Amino acid sequence: MLKWKGALLALVVATPAAAQDLSISCRCVSGGANGELADWIKDSVIPGFEAAHDGVTVTLNEFAGGDEQLTQQLALDFSTGAGADIAGFDGFLIPNFVEAGLLKPIAELVGPEAMEWEGWSHISDGSKALMSYDGQPYGIAMGTDVRMIFARADLLESSGIDPASFQPTSWEELLEAARQVKQAHPDSFPLQLNAGVPMGEATTMQGYWMAILGTGESITDEEGRYIVESQGILDVLNLYKTIYVDEELGDARAQQLGDGRNRTFANFRDAKTAMLVEGDWFYRSVTAPGSEFEVAERDAKMTWAKMPAKEPGAGWNGQDFVTISGGTGWVMNPNTDAPQLAWELLAYMNSKEQLDAFQEFQPRIRIRDDVPVPTDAFLTETSSVLLPLTTARPNDPNYNAVSAEIQRMTEAVVSGSMTPEEAMARYKDAVTEIVGEDNTASLM
Amino acid sequence: MKRFSLLSPRAGAAFITPAGLLVGAFVIVPFFWVIYVSFTNRTLLGRTALNPEFVGLANYLELFSPHRFLDPGQFGFSLVLTIQFVLFSALLGQAALGMALAWLLQQVPKPVKAMTETVVIGAWILPEVVIGFAWFAFLDYDGGTLNGMLDAVGLPRGDWLLDYPFWVIVVFNTWRGTAFSMMLFNSAFASIPPSYFQAADVAGASSWQKFRDIGLPLIRGHVVTDLILITMWTFNVFTPFLLTKGGPGNQTEVLSIYTYRVAFRDFDFGKGAAVGVVVMLINLAFALFYLWVARKRTPGGAA
Repeated sequence: MLKWKGALLALVVATPAAAQDLSISCRCVSGGANGELADWIKDSVIPGFEAAHDGVTVTLNEFAGGDEQLTQQLALDFSTGAGADIAGFDGFLIPNFVEAGLLKPIAELVGPEAMEWEGWSHISDGSKALMSYDGQPYGIAMGTDVRMIFARADLLESSGIDPASFQPTSWEELLEAARQVKQAHPDSFPLQLNAGVPMGEATTMQGYWMAILGTGESITDEEGRYIVESQGILDVLNLYKTIYVDEELGDARAQQLGDGRNRTFANFRDAKTAMLVEGDWFYRSVTAPGSEFEVAERDAKMTWAKMPAKEPGAGWNGQDFVTISGGTGWVMNPNTDAPQLAWELLAYMNSKEQLDAFQEFQPRIRIRDDVPVPTDAFLTETSSVLLPLTTARPNDPNYNAVSAEIQRMTEAVVSGSMTPEEAMARYKDAVTEIVGEDNTASLM
Repeated sequence: MKRFSLLSPRAGAAFITPAGLLVGAFVIVPFFWVIYVSFTNRTLLGRTALNPEFVGLANYLELFSPHRFLDPGQFGFSLVLTIQFVLFSALLGQAALGMALAWLLQQVPKPVKAMTETVVIGAWILPEVVIGFAWFAFLDYDGGTLNGMLDAVGLPRGDWLLDYPFWVIVVFNTWRGTAFSMMLFNSAFASIPPSYFQAADVAGASSWQKFRDIGLPLIRGHVVTDLILITMWTFNVFTPFLLTKGGPGNQTEVLSIYTYRVAFRDFDFGKGAAVGVVVMLINLAFALFYLWVARKRTPGGAA
C-alpha cells in the first residue's frame, strides 16, 4: 500500500532528478538557529565534496521551523518518497521511524561495504548506539549532549548569591535561590524549567526528565513499563506548579506560546531569567558569539550548575545530581535515488578532515576519537562532571507518543487548568491507551 | 423539459471525462479510503504503520467514550467548542453584523457606502496566511498594535492570545467573514421595490419599523440561505490555527484543528479518519437541510 501511495505521490512531486543531485536537510539556518552547522555544510562540506566528485551538485535545505515541525516534515517526507538524501535527525525518533518502515539500516541501503568505512573504527559503540536500533546503525551521530542549569552570574550576584560557589543541592535550595532573585528583581523570571506542548521534546528532555530523575524515578521502570502513577510524577508536577502558578518564579507565557523556546532564550540574554535548565547546545550554539541570543561578555556573565535531586541522594541511581543525554545526527533517506553517492557524502561529512574543519565553526567534542578535543574549559568541565551522571531515553517505539503526553500533562499544570492529580490521571489514561495496560506500572 | 443539446452525447462525454477522472482520483477514492482507514489502527509512525489491523468500530467508540467525552483534548470537547464558535462567530457575529451593515448602508450617501464595502470586502479577499500574520502582530502582547493603542489612551494592556484565546478566534472569524453576509443581504435589500419604503416613509415609519416590517420579512429566504452557508463554512474553518494553533492547552481546538492534530501531529491516522467521517456526516446533514430549504423556496418563488 505504501508503495502504491509513494508512486502516486512521486508522480506529483517528482523533479527531474539527475542521479548527480544530492541534498542535505537540517534544522539549521545561516545566521539563525544552528547557523554554524549551516555554514559548515555550505562553506566546507559542499565545496569539498563537489570538488572531489565531478558533475555532482549538493544543495542544503535549511529548515527554519521548530523540532516538532521537523519531525512532522520528516515523517511525511519519508512516507511519501520525498525528502533530502541526508537528513538531520534526532536519534530518539529512530525506533518509531524504523518500526514504521520509514528508515533502512545503512548496511541494507548501501550494502555491506558501507560497514567497512574507516570511520566506524573511530566511533565508540556508545556513539554508534545514538543512531542505532536493534544493533543496526541508521545514521551517524554528531555527538551526545548533557543538561544542566545555566545561570546569569550578574543576576545572582546582585541578589546576594555568590555565583562562583552557586550549586543548589536540593529542589528547595533551587527554589530558595529563585525566590531570592525574585525579591531583588521583582520583574525577573528567575527560574525556567521547560513545560508545555509547543516546545515538544525540549519540554520532556530539559524539563520533565531533569525533574523526574531527581525523584529517583524514571519514565519507565526496570522492566521497561511506563510509570503512569507515582509520587515522583506528583512531586514533579508540584514543582512546576510552585515555579509557574503558586509563586510565579518562571515565565509561564513562554511555556505556552508557539515561539516559547526563543522567548526563554531572549529572557536569558536580556537578564530576565537567572536560571535556565538547558542542554549544552545552549552554550555551543544559542548563546555563542555572533548568534541571535548571544550573551554579551559571556564568560563573565554566564555560569552553570548541576541539576540537584529533590533531596541529596534521592536522585536516579541514588545520585545527588542528575542529567540526561540524547544525540542528534544524520540519517540516510531510505528513498534516495543514489544510495552509494549519498553514503559517500555522509561518510565525507564524518571524515576526520571535515570534522576537524567543523571545529572552526563550532568547537565540540566530536564523535571521532581522532578529532582533537577542543580546548574549551566549559566543554571539558561539563562533560567530565556530567557524563558520569547521565542516562538516556528508552529506545522504544512508543516513547515519542508518551513524550507528547508528558508535554500535555506539564502544560495542564503550568497553565493552571488542572491540578497535578488531575493531570496525572489524564496522563495515565492516555499512556494506557498508547502502550496497553500490560506495559504500564503504578507506583502508588 | 425541452430537450436540446449543443453537443452530441459522445462529445459531451469526452469533455466531462478529464474532470470526472480528477474528481474520481482526488475526491471519490480518498473518500472511501478514509472510511476504510477509520476502521483500522493505522498510524504514520510505529508498528501499526506497516501492519495496520482491522479494529472495527473501536476508533468511533473511543471518540464517544462517555467517561471523558467532554474532557479537554477529546472529541466531545472540540465538538462543543465548535458549536459555540459557530454560534458566536457565524450566527451572532457574521450574520448579525452583516445584516446591520447592509441595512445601514441602504441609507447612507454613495461614497460612504462604497468605502465601507471596500474595507469589509478587503478583510474577506486577503489571503489567509497574510491576515493570520497580521492578526498575530496586532494581538501580540509585547509589541502588538492593539496593546500599543491601549497604552496610548491609558487603558490596561491585555494578553489576548493567552487569556482570551476563544474570544480572539470568535472576533477574528467575525471580522473575516462578515463581508459575505453583508453583500448577500445588501443585494437582497436592493431587490425590494423602493416604492415599499417610500410608502412607509409617507406613513412616518422609523428605520427600525421599516426593517422589521418590510426589509426582514421580504428577505427571509436569503437569511436562511446565509445562515446555513456560513454555519457550514465556520464549522470547517481551519484559519484559527494560524493564530492559536489550537492552544493554549486545548482552548481553541475546534473540530478541524482537532482532526489535524490527531492525524498529522499524533500521526494516528485511524482515529483521525474516524473524526473525519463523523465531521463528514455532520456536513452532510447541513448540506441536505440546505438543499431541502432551497428546493422548498424555488417553486413558491417566495424570495
